[in-house]
Formats: sequence, C-alpha cells, structure tokens
Amino acid sequence: MSFYKEIEKFKGFDLEKYMEELTHEEIKKSIGREKLTKFDFLNLLSPKAKDHLEEMARAAQRRSVQQFGKVISLYIPMYISNYCTNECTYCGFNKNNKIDRKHLKLDEIETEAVEIAKTGIRHILLLTGEAEGLVGVDYIEDAVKILKKHFDSVVVEIYPLETEEYKRLGEIGVDGLTIYQEVYDEKIYRSVHLGGKKSDYMWRLDTPERGARAGLRSINIGTLFGLGDLVKEAYLSGLHAEYLTDKYLNSEFSISLPRINEAEGGYKSKYILDDASFVQFVLAYRLFLPKAGINISTREVAEFRDNLIGLGVTKFSAGSKTNVGAYSDLGKSTPQFEISDNRSVAETEKAIRARGYQVIHKDWELIV
Amino acid sequence: MDKLILGGVEFESRLLTGTGKFSSKDEIPKMLKASESQIITMALRRVNFNNSDENILNYIPKNITLLPNTSGARNAEEAIKIARIARAAGCGDFIKIEVINDMKYLMPDNAETIKATKVLADEGFIVLPYMTPDLIAGQRLKEAGAAAVMPLGSPIGSNRGIETKAMIEIMIENIDLPIIVDAGIGKPSQAAEAMEMGAAAVLVNTAIACSPNPAEMGEAFALAVKAGRMAYKAKMAEESRYANASSPLTGFLHNN
Ligand code: SF4
Repeated sequence: MSFYKEIEKFKGFDLEKYMEELTHEEIKKSIGREKLTKFDFLNLLSPKAKDHLEEMARAAQRRSVQQFGKVISLYIPMYISNYCTNECTYCGFNKNNKIDRKHLKLDEIETEAVEIAKTGIRHILLLTGEAEGLVGVDYIEDAVKILKKHFDSVVVEIYPLETEEYKRLGEIGVDGLTIYQEVYDEKIYRSVHLGGKKSDYMWRLDTPERGARAGLRSINIGTLFGLGDLVKEAYLSGLHAEYLTDKYLNSEFSISLPRINEAEGGYKSKYILDDASFVQFVLAYRLFLPKAGINISTREVAEFRDNLIGLGVTKFSAGSKTNVGAYSDLGKSTPQFEISDNRSVAETEKAIRARGYQVIHKDWELIV
Repeated sequence: MDKLILGGVEFESRLLTGTGKFSSKDEIPKMLKASESQIITMALRRVNFNNSDENILNYIPKNITLLPNTSGARNAEEAIKIARIARAAGCGDFIKIEVINDMKYLMPDNAETIKATKVLADEGFIVLPYMTPDLIAGQRLKEAGAAAVMPLGSPIGSNRGIETKAMIEIMIENIDLPIIVDAGIGKPSQAAEAMEMGAAAVLVNTAIACSPNPAEMGEAFALAVKAGRMAYKAKMAEESRYANASSPLTGFLHNN
C-alpha cells in the first residue's frame, strides 16, 4: 500500500463543484467538530472558510494548548553540501545553476557544530543536496556522529534513502526525517523535476513510509507552496500526514508549509499562497490533525512568525542560514533560498517569550 | 487528612502535578505553593543538565519530591535507561514509567511497562507506572514491585475526565496498592470524582499548566482533591440504581 492509492481516489473528484456547493453552515459545523473527517478538513481549506478564520483560530488555539501547552520548540538547519545532481527548477542548488558550491569536510562540520551549539540550540536539522557520489550514506553517517556529540537531536533532510539505510542512520542516533513531496500533482511534479533521481515521483512519495518502517521517531512532511494548486496541495499533504499517522503508530508526524522564496535560477511561482491563506491552512491542519507538529521556518518574516504563535504552530527554526559553512564563515557558498526572518536564536526566543510561550530547546534525546 | 504513602514515603497532599506545558517555568513554583502539591513529574527528555537557565530542576523547590518520567520511551529498555540517567543526575529514587509506542492515541504499552517496572523496582527505584486501566496488568505491576499504579482517566491531554471509570473502580477494589488517576482530568470536579471513587491520588498537568492562572487552578484542584478524599473516607451513601419503593411491590404476597 502506498499513499498513492489515496491520491488516486481524489483524481476523479470535482473539487470546483464541491467548493461551489459548500455552505457556510457546513463550514461552521466542521469547525465545531471534535474529530474532523476528510471532508471537514477540505471545508476548512475552502476559499469560503476565509470568512470564518477567527472562529477557526479560537478552536485551533484551544486544541493546541490542550495538546502541546504553551511551548515552541526550536531547531536550526545546517547545510553540509550544496552539490546536487538534480534539476529542480525552483531550487538554487539545481545542477545547472552556476553557483558557489561547497562541500564540508568532517572537521569543518565539527567547527560548524561548535559554533551553532554556542547559541543554545540542542536540536539540529542536517541538510544536503542530492549528490550520492559525493554525499554518500557513509559521509552522512560520519557527519551525524559528529553532530551527536554537540546536539541532543539530529534530524536529516537529505535525498530519499532505502529503509535499510534509514535504519543505519537510526542506529547511530538520527531520530527524524524531513522530506517534502514538493508537489503532489503528478503532472506538475514531472514538469518541475527535469532530471536526476528526484524526477521519480513514486520514489519520493513513499519516502516517509520507508523512514517510518525503519523506526525513525519523527517524520516531517509537506508540500512546497507555489508549485501547484494551493487547496489541492494543502489537502493532499494533510491527508498524507493523516494516512501516515494511522498507518505507523510508532512515529510522530509533523507538517511544514514552506512557501517558495527567491532562489538562484529565478523560478516564478504561478500559485501564490498569501498570508491569510497560510494562516487558514495552519488552522485547518491543527484542527484536522490535533497531535501533529506544525513547523514554521525562517522562510517567513519575523512578525508573521510571531503572529502564528498560539495558532497551532509547535516548532520554529531559528537563526538559520542556508549556505554551506555559514555559521563559522567557512568560505563562500550560495544559499539555497533567501531567509526572511534574520533574527538570532536569542532574539527569536525573546519574541516567543513575549507572547507568553515557553521556548523548548531540548524536547528529545535519543540514547544510543 | 490521612497521609498518602508511596514506597514508604509519606505525603500530606494527594495532588500530583506536572512541569510540562507551562507558558513559563516561573509559573511552576507559584503553582506548587498554591496547590500544596508535594510531588511533581517532569519529562527527563526535556531536562537540559548542561544549561542552568534552562534546567527545570532550578525551578522546583527542594522540599518537593521529583517524579521524573520516562516520556519518549518506546519500550522497556529505553525506559530503564532513562530512569537510570534520572537517578544518576540526582533526581532521587522515584520514577514514573511511561512507555508509549502509539503516537496516534498515546496509549501506554502495559506489557513493556511491566517489564521496566520489574527491573527498576529490583534496582531500588520507587516505581509509579502509567498504564492503560486493566486489572490483570495492574496486578502484574504489583507483583513486579510497583509502589502505586497510575491508570489513565482518558487519553492524555484530552481533559475528558474519567471515561475509564468502570475499569478504574475494579482496579481500586482489587489491587492492594495506591491507585493514582493520571491523564484526562480536566476539571476539579473530575478530580473530586476520582477521589470519591477511592483513588489514592490524582495527577493533573494540562488542566493546571494550561489555565490562564495556573496557581489559582492548582489551588482549586487541591480543594477538590481534599473534598473528594474526605467524602470517600466518610463513606458516602450507596447510590441505588432503582428507586426504593416505600411500600414493597410484592408485599401482597405476604399479606395475611
Ligand atoms: S531541491 Fe534538493 S534535489 Fe532539487 S536541486 Fe535543490 S537540492 Fe537538489
């Protein structure tokens, strides 16, 4: 079984007609329901639900505080290589882009780790482009072993691996995986992934399941907003999270809502997720998936991020840099995308506390 | 009020509290004072021993008994490791075993919990296992050396009250250990209900920590727990399912 079966069910569905016939009464009912159905979720994502944002926000806040308390966990991303053999039209690391490439040696990874650890961050997200020859699983393993000395939790956002390879990473202390489908619409998927292994839609789609089967504890998924129809993409990524939650009881699932930011290569998005819809989607995710984490990265501007606190989000990245070796100035490399929230970790913490929320640096430590 | 005794240690208060979910750690000492709670549970996975600002232990007064929990453990082996780390870090001998392997409903794994309880009780820990209410599992926990058992009232964080009432009543009647209702209690009246049923204590976290005024809510729970205990001790009148007819309906059979 694959989530693909669920996507197929949706294929014949006349979304436009459904949205047209949807009434405000039905939306209100969906907001009030303790356990939302797939249709309730769709109702909350509908354009008409925009009229009910405040009501949704209240329900989402209540649900979040009950489930998670008033806390936001922090993590930081660390890029160790920006070489890539893929051709994703929306990404700065696309192999055809003439950018400054960099690949950290193990001692440089340690230097970066030491620098990042000084900020007080205890959870790290390790990122790399897809260049298997240069960034093989052995190299990633070595990097993880170094990071485990400096951080409590290591999560990887790397190219998709086989279940056995995820197991290997789990055994040395990786507790989570971030893997975005980027776009659930198959046609669009093909049109933006022009070459390299990433152009295999199914291989990508089944990745979170391989991670869960390997026993990884936390799995974060999402769509990259801007590539496909907004409501459809939000809907399918939410259903994906639900499918995974139901099928793999051993892992915790969370969801991110990355929006395309300016990157090298100048991809121009046709579908723009505006702030109100972004908030609406956060609220819909929270109400549909009460136990899922919701992750907001520094792609979003500071003020907007702060305003999301209390609406259902649970995790923030902080003090992020998306170029390789950036935290300890290891030389020039082009960032993957522009950061919008440039605050330091300390400034981010201050803003979270000012909203009456507690900052969690350490939420988990895998003892190996 | 009569004392709560856990592993030979006496406590005046029958309200156990938690450290998770507060908007700021500064709220914790205020809540402890107002609620008179003497035992507080904390997730060891969140304790950052390397950073004193962040170390939750600095916010808990010395006269309070720490009940480190093994939240995050997916099996007995992990729970045992976490318990040992807690003791080595100076958190004392109490340990709340929490083994959860189901991230959808967050139901505790009783079988793994029994295994961990056995090992840790043998090592001299005062073990308080969190469990899905079940008589047989409760008896096994007792045999394994638990100092109390902590069945859930309803799913963790749900505030739905004691939905497992019938199961917990059976446990109270048949297991000769303090039964502490943990998880699901959202209102003081529900805490009172648990105490009236004969629970030895209740553990309340979300309902206190997430209240806009945790200290006041802590106090409200303390009063409810006392009232419930007092009522239990005073032996409440048995409720009858059917009205007692004042003159017997079959009395005519005995007439003349
Ligand atoms: S999105 Fe990932 S796989 Fe695609 S070009 Fe960028 S780094 Fe490479």
